[in-house]
Amino acid sequence: MSEVDLELTGRAVEIALAAGAGDAEAYAERSSGTEVRVHGGEIESLTATAQRGVGVRAWIEGRAGYAYGTDLTDDGLREIGSAAAAAAKISDRDEHAAPPVPAGEPEPLDGLRDEGLEAWDGERKAALTLAVEAAAKAADPRVRGVEQAVYADSQELVAVSSSAGIAASYEATSCFSYAYALASDSEGTRTGLGFGLGRGPDELDPEAIGAEAAERSTSLLGASKPPSCACPVVFDQAVAASFAGTIASMLGADAAQRGRSPFADRLGEEIASPALQLRDDGRDPAGLRSAPVDGEGLPHRVTDLIAGGRLKTYLHDSYTARRAGTESTGSAGRGSYRAPPSVSASNLVVEDGEDDREALLAAAGEGILVQEVVGLHSGVPVSGTFSVGASGHRISDGSVAEPLAEFTIAGELVSMLTAVQRVGRESRWVPFGGSVRTPLLLLAELTVSGA
Amino acid sequence: MSEELLAPELATRALERALARGGEFAEVFCEERATLTIGLEETRVERVRTGRERGAGLRVVSGEVTHFAHVDGLAEEDLLAAAEAASSALADGRTEPVPVPAAAAAPGQAIEIPPAEVDDASKAELLRGLDQHARERGSAVSAVIGSYGEERRRVAVANSEGTHATDDRTRVRLGAQAVARRNGEAETGHETLGGHRGFELVAEQAAGVGERAADRALTMLDAGPAPAGTMPVVVGGGFGGVLFHEMTGHGLEADHVQKGASVYEGRIGESVAEPLLTAYDDGRLPNEWGTEGIDDEGTPMQRTAVIEEGQLRSFLYDLLRARKDGVSSTGNGRRESFRHLPIPRMTNTYIAPGDADPEAMISEVKRGFYAVAFAGGQVEPATGDFVFGVSEGYLIEDGRPTRPCKGATLIGNGLEALRAIDAVGSDFEMKTGFCGKGGQSVPVGTGQGHVRIRELTVGGTSL
Repeated sequence: MSEVDLELTGRAVEIALAAGAGDAEAYAERSSGTEVRVHGGEIESLTATAQRGVGVRAWIEGRAGYAYGTDLTDDGLREIGSAAAAAAKISDRDEHAAPPVPAGEPEPLDGLRDEGLEAWDGERKAALTLAVEAAAKAADPRVRGVEQAVYADSQELVAVSSSAGIAASYEATSCFSYAYALASDSEGTRTGLGFGLGRGPDELDPEAIGAEAAERSTSLLGASKPPSCACPVVFDQAVAASFAGTIASMLGADAAQRGRSPFADRLGEEIASPALQLRDDGRDPAGLRSAPVDGEGLPHRVTDLIAGGRLKTYLHDSYTARRAGTESTGSAGRGSYRAPPSVSASNLVVEDGEDDREALLAAAGEGILVQEVVGLHSGVPVSGTFSVGASGHRISDGSVAEPLAEFTIAGELVSMLTAVQRVGRESRWVPFGGSVRTPLLLLAELTVSGA
Repeated sequence: MSEELLAPELATRALERALARGGEFAEVFCEERATLTIGLEETRVERVRTGRERGAGLRVVSGEVTHFAHVDGLAEEDLLAAAEAASSALADGRTEPVPVPAAAAAPGQAIEIPPAEVDDASKAELLRGLDQHARERGSAVSAVIGSYGEERRRVAVANSEGTHATDDRTRVRLGAQAVARRNGEAETGHETLGGHRGFELVAEQAAGVGERAADRALTMLDAGPAPAGTMPVVVGGGFGGVLFHEMTGHGLEADHVQKGASVYEGRIGESVAEPLLTAYDDGRLPNEWGTEGIDDEGTPMQRTAVIEEGQLRSFLYDLLRARKDGVSSTGNGRRESFRHLPIPRMTNTYIAPGDADPEAMISEVKRGFYAVAFAGGQVEPATGDFVFGVSEGYLIEDGRPTRPCKGATLIGNGLEALRAIDAVGSDFEMKTGFCGKGGQSVPVGTGQGHVRIRELTVGGTSL
């Protein structure tokens, strides 16, 4: 199938060159999938999705432009190619703007497709989603409902070609399911999210997803505000992943080169506790952003970002690498054919430490276990300071105590990295902050603002 | 782009196919979207991107279940394929749709200069001017990022009950982000201007947008740590409206209410705020960012009083949720694109002007916090708990805003904070934003004058 797509991207490149581009790259995406939403023991909606589109980057003497469209006929491709060339002409010249140079044949990568997905028809997927909801309700009588239980999957084909000799394609499948449970008691309502993800639905455990949603909502019932203080904090995996994603976006070379990152000009310096090891892994099939190549067709790889407490490298695409006189780390991310590639992490991995959860809590002594943060996605400014809403539990005498909500944690990203004291060993893939695998983290101190 | 998006005969055939295996209601939504975005960073025009998409979403409603499929392309074979996919799981008879009539075009907004008719080079020039004006505000301004965006979105929606309506929507937006640096400290300032309007909205505004972003960044360079604790909070006009959008607006969307996931469930007619507070959702405000002729189900946009003199008056409905409650849609069935199902969404949501003098509202506060601009916010409608990042805020001491504060967050509960509003200013301003919900992003307007909240938690680093 991907032969067809490479033929399409190759044709799109030829047409763009004929339309006036000096160099051109075409990225094509075809995907199909299903989504099931369930509420109150009934199916709420069943969606069949189908998408196809092409995005073309054109370069004309150091000027770059981008155009995309859904019309894949030769006429449609001509319109896209001309629009990309026209876009390049109104850009300003940038000496580093040029098509990526092929970096050898990318190594094939197995395990991106679950062949079992096709054996799942709509009825089975609906049954799985209903089972997630039922599991949440059955787990605890205080779960009065599930706001939404969702299952979604997709199969996608990606191809990218360029006039500089790039030609790569791959196919992948993925799926996820989640549920928001609503738990109530006399004092009020709390919500909790449970989730699971994988290459195919056989990897999903509806019981576990439902039970997690139930546990997260019920455990917060009766939550109070902690007093404002500075104290040790333990991040669970979901929270650690959100922060890892924010930090990785600041480790993008574009942010660093353009003075938008608190980590700018810190390459090789000590920026983190030696306990914290962070890498980008674009090749682990368990990470849903894995692929043989990145969004501009250069090989994905494994890149150490923070090791031995030092900043080892920024994440590079071909543009930032050319500008820095280095090699791309295969970090040209692509949300869809509708946007040109830009620097982003593939799968982030926080290396497991040695402590289990109990040991981490015991080491915290008196502090707060943070299980949810909101507001981090709205962006951390150049200064690296952040303040986010949070909920979780008090840690008292080294064990989890009463629930806490409606407080904020505040700090500064760079000093937060040096405050990581211990790293847990129970890691998990989390779809927040991108695609992240992380264990729990113990931070020496953060500012908590509550009552 | 002026040819008919959806011929009535084709719509009828698609709806017949969609209902061939049963279902009570079917709808075809067609869309053509053309966009242009231009970026500027490091004083260079870059990231120039244009796109055109055409596609359709087909849905069939059978009982409580919605079957939906979407497809790229608007040819007959595309629509029939989507109708087939949407109905494939149904097997209970056949329903005849009402033949689709000729389309009724929704009233459009006044567009003096269609953006597509303006030379793209002058749009790039707009950003160069923005950059220059921002940098001229002070030598500490070290970086400026500018963005220009335009979009024309034509939609046509036809359903099995005889609705067939079209809308033609043009939006432009100009944004600036400035970074100021001094002694190793870096601060960011933002400003955006946008509307359901032509190029005339932004043509003369590049300087002002750039300058305001730069001034915010420069002001924040002098900022100290934000206070932590509970205190009176005065929220500024304009962008402050995002607070009402988050802490109250989302809880009024009927899907949350019907799932028992809104704190406003069962409270219509009850007093939820002081009588000084009246608030609307109004999709007809001329040329505003969240304004449209019809919603994405073909219902005309309207002005809905959601709170009148402190009393909760109405939820925000799309067709399906309105049917369930036995009321009419309030024209809030919106979708990001043909790839999404419509759900209840806000349009332009605002607190109506009150009679308080904004300066007096601040001077009555002994010690408090003045939040002028927000970096973003979020709410959990089921509990009403919300959190906001403050990008420009000041400490209020002895009735005067004194030093700027950085890293502040406002956190609280929507029901409590709404009740705690004790003054609404006579000033008024609307601002533009994108609202995310259920994986869909739509343009919304938010607005208000100055609003004072008796007591709210400010999360900062200064204990």
